[in-house]
This record gives sequence, structure tokens and C-alpha cells, in this order.
Amino acid sequence: MSTLSRDEVARVAALARIDLTPAELDRLAGELRVIVDAVASVSTVATADVPATSHPLPLMNVFRADIPEPSLPVAEVLAGAPAAMEGKFLVPQILEED
Amino acid sequence: MTTANGTPEVDLVDYDDAVARYDPVFGIEVHVELGTRTKMFCPSIVVFGDEPNTAVSPVSLGLPGALPVVNGTAVEYAIRIGLALNCSIAETCRFARKNYFYPDVPKNFQTSQSDEPIAYDGWLDVELDDGAVFRVDIERAHMEEDAGKNTHVGGSTGRIQGAEYSLIDYNRAGIPLVEVVTRPITGAGMRTPEVARAYVQTLRDIFRALDVSEARMERGNVRADVNLSLRATSDSPLGTRTETKNVNSFRAVERAVRYEISRQAAILDAGGSITQETRHWHEDTGTTTAGRIKSDSDDYRYFPEPDLAPVSPDRAWVEQIRAALPEMPAARRRRLQGDWGFADAEMRDVINASAVDIIASTVAAGASPAAARKWWMGELARTAKQLDVELADLTITPTQVGELQWLVDAGRINDKLARQVLEGVLAGEGGPEQVLIARGLEVVSDDGPLLAAIDAALAAQPDIAQKIRSGNLGPVGSIIGAVMKTTRGQADAGRVRELVLERVTPA
Repeated sequence: MSTLSRDEVARVAALARIDLTPAELDRLAGELRVIVDAVASVSTVATADVPATSHPLPLMNVFRADIPEPSLPVAEVLAGAPAAMEGKFLVPQILEED
Repeated sequence: MTTANGTPEVDLVDYDDAVARYDPVFGIEVHVELGTRTKMFCPSIVVFGDEPNTAVSPVSLGLPGALPVVNGTAVEYAIRIGLALNCSIAETCRFARKNYFYPDVPKNFQTSQSDEPIAYDGWLDVELDDGAVFRVDIERAHMEEDAGKNTHVGGSTGRIQGAEYSLIDYNRAGIPLVEVVTRPITGAGMRTPEVARAYVQTLRDIFRALDVSEARMERGNVRADVNLSLRATSDSPLGTRTETKNVNSFRAVERAVRYEISRQAAILDAGGSITQETRHWHEDTGTTTAGRIKSDSDDYRYFPEPDLAPVSPDRAWVEQIRAALPEMPAARRRRLQGDWGFADAEMRDVINASAVDIIASTVAAGASPAAARKWWMGELARTAKQLDVELADLTITPTQVGELQWLVDAGRINDKLARQVLEGVLAGEGGPEQVLIARGLEVVSDDGPLLAAIDAALAAQPDIAQKIRSGNLGPVGSIIGAVMKTTRGQADAGRVRELVLERVTPA
């Protein structure tokens, strides 16, 4: 019943910017297939009257009041940056869209 | 010949020819930054143009373990927008992760809404410049967050030799956005560019009326992406569309749509096919160029956001928001036109000059509608045009214009002096009263100086004085003229006339 192919695993890996070797692809395709199949078996039990779950807790409308709190100090903000300049994060040239 | 990015350049088809032979279909996505005090999912303050990275939190930086919480006010604003656009408000809806890699999105996903928008299935009536009304169907309005701001720095800056890099400020990251998406808009024909512009303008006015955003185009508070395709006739299936991104002024929306119609017509005329792609608008050249081709990279792998609870707006709350909606701009304009007694053409001029609010404020400051219109659509409109700014950007307030008119009505200045006062106010010399005093422009209402000037004028022109005495009132004007000259226009001509007659024919 599995529909997860090795090619799909390769495609999802590429979308997630994960570089996989052919050997890793083989292994992960097999492992993921087991997981996907296990989840798929749940679908056979869940009928139309069972709503989809996106959250493990029965919570709705968890809202915060629109009240500002202080920012992190810039030094702390940039502490984890590999490089910074003029208070900004410095990143390598982005593959520009235009 | 091809451009640097490989797209064939085309000779544009004349716009009128293009719309005569093809039926344009368009759709617009408008993003509006909400004017909440804090961000969508964290309590960082919403600022514009502050020092970089000084309005951020672990959530807006996407630090591991940081948990988002929805800003309730942003939800209320989104519902307001949905209701104003005649949408249904979802019984329940969720946030979703839109996954992509770009440094201005530090989490590697944008928190958005996918198949469950908070508002859906609405419509908006758009009024065109000539008063015609065009209905636009709204597919959805959903909540999401803004990205950070990139500054691309080329190697030529000399700071890092030969290197090119980008600098990122996350102050904007996480600012609440509502994205309003239309259904494909058909039937606008040759007026397509105008309808597109008017739609964005109408939305901007609604955002302001709803008080959900300052909605300043020039600050990027409101941003439009325009989808456009052509088809042979209105019965043909939809053609392949392009999406022109970040068209950020009303005029640019109109121009970009017009350009794409001419460009696509040229390709189709030559037997080519339209590439489904993102295009970029260039304000300076008035053209679009190809960006990314829609591809695999557009697979955003949306999935429900597990860190946020669903939003299920209580029906009573929705109704309470609906009941508190302000009057919509179009209805307000109709009401004000009635109140002010403006003719259709007069009102349209006022609307097209974005002067409705300004005139309303001026009337509220005590001026008559006619006087308010006279100043703003006359002298001040000319000044704004000369300076190439909007009326609202002039350094005179509606209250000051009201005050100026009050000075005229009270007889302290005449129209001619009022123009000089206006000039002073615009030059930053203070309010009307201050300028009037500082420049010594007040109408001379004290009879003393007037009588002295009259006597001098009569003495200087004895023959005219004689004629008036003998009952020939024809030459009175030349005495009045002389007095006005002496008083530098600050005399009330009617009063001068009375005094001249009293003087030459003593009772």
C-alpha cells in the first residue's frame, strides 16, 4: 500500500536542503516507508466523522494581549550570528530572485 | 535578443490593439501590515525605521524552543477586514507553516494560513474615476507574518573586496499581515488597468477607515502582487498567467497591468506561449522583467502549525465587531457629498485628489464646505502640484485652513490678503493669525488711517474730487484704487467707498 518512492524521498530532501548520499537515500526510503505505512493504517480507522487533529491539546483561541515587551538587546541578538555588520546579520550573497 | 536572465525581449503591442484582440483576466494579492502595537506571535514592538534588530524576540528571530502566541488584536483586525469585504468568517481556522529557505525568514518557514483562512467568499464594489462601479470577488483574507528586511550589498562598495553579501534586519519579521486574495477578475476589458488600480486604492481606503493600518503605500504597509493572463475571447479557457510582485503604488499597479497586457499580447501574436513566472516591476523604466520560473521550489510543504492552537472566533464576538464597523469610505463619500452639496464632478475631483478627509476636517474646523473646497482644490492644489507632493503632505493643516477662512469671514482679511497669509503658513511662518500679525496684513478697519489716505488721494486728484462733488460718481473707483495702493491692499474697498462719499458730500 505504500506510495512513498525513493524519488519522492530525494525530492523532499532537496526541498529541505538535506544532502543525502545514495546509500542514505536507500536506507531512509525504507525507514520512512515503514512510518508512512503505519500512519496510513490509521486512515483506515479514522472515518469522516473524526475531525483531523493538528494540536494534541483540546485548546482554542489562545490569544495574547497586544502589549509590547522589551526587545532582546542587540548584542544578544547578534551573539549567535556567524557574522554581523552595522547591527545587522551578515549573510553570504543570496541567490537573488532578479 | 534576450535579457540577462534569458527571457526573450518583445516589441510591445499597442495597448488598444492588445485589448481589442485579447480578453485580460487578472487577480490581485494585497498584503497589509496591521497597525497593532506588537507582532503577530510575540510581544516585540511594531516599529518603522528604527535601529536594526532592536524590536525582536526569540520568536521573531526563530530561536530554537521559542513558542509563538497569537496576538488577539491582530485576529480582531483580520475579522474587521473580512467583514468589511463582505466575507464569511471561519467557524474555526488554523495557522500553517509555509516552508522555504530565505534569510529574511529566520525560522525557515513563514507562519501563514493555507486551506483554512479566517475570512473567505466576499466581494468589494470598486468605484472608478468616472463613477462607474465594478464588483470584485474576494476569495479569501488570511493572517500571516511579515519577513525581515534584506539589504543587498554589492562588491563595488569596497568594504569587502570583491565580495557580495546581504545584511538582515529582523525588526519587520513577525509584523502581522493580512493577505487579501481576489478571485480571477474578468469583464473589465480595456479598463482592466484602471480597475486594478481602483481596487487597490479602495482597499487602502478601507484599511484606513477600519483603523487596522496606517496603510501607507510608500512605507510598504500595503503591497500588491498582480496576476495577469490573456485569452482569445471571454469564452476561452484562462490563459497562462504571470505574477508581478511588489507593485507598490497605485499608479504602478495601473502601469504594470497595462505593460503586461501589451507584453503578453506581443508574445501570443508571435505564436509564442506565456511562461508561468514571477516578474518584477521596475518603476524607472515602466517595465517588468522575468524572475523565478514557477517550479519545484514553490512546493511550500504547508502543514498545520503545531505550536499554535486553532482560532475559533466566538460568533458573539464576530457580531460585536460587525456592529462596531465604521461607515465604509464609499458610503461616507456619498453622505458627505450630500451634506456638502457638491456636484458629482466637484466631488470626483475631491476624491481623485484624495482630499475627502482633508475637506471634512476643514469643515469640522468651522469652514463652509464651499470655502474648504475652494482653498484645497484651488490655491493649495496648485501649490501641491508645484511641489509635486500630496495635499496631505503640505505644511498646512485643515484646522489652519479653517482658521484662515474664519479670518476672511470676520472681515479681518480679504481674499487677496488670505493668499498672502496662506503663503506665510506654507513657508512655516506659523498659523494664520501669527502670519497675519507678523506680516502686518490685517485689513485696515480703523477709519482714521483710511480717511487720511482718502484725503491725500482727493488732494492729489483735484479734478476727480470736483467731478464727484458735482454728483458724477463714475471716477470714485480711481480714488478707491489710490487708497488701496496706499494701504497695500489692506483696506476694505466697500468701507473706503462709503468714506469717500461721506467726505465729498458732507451731510
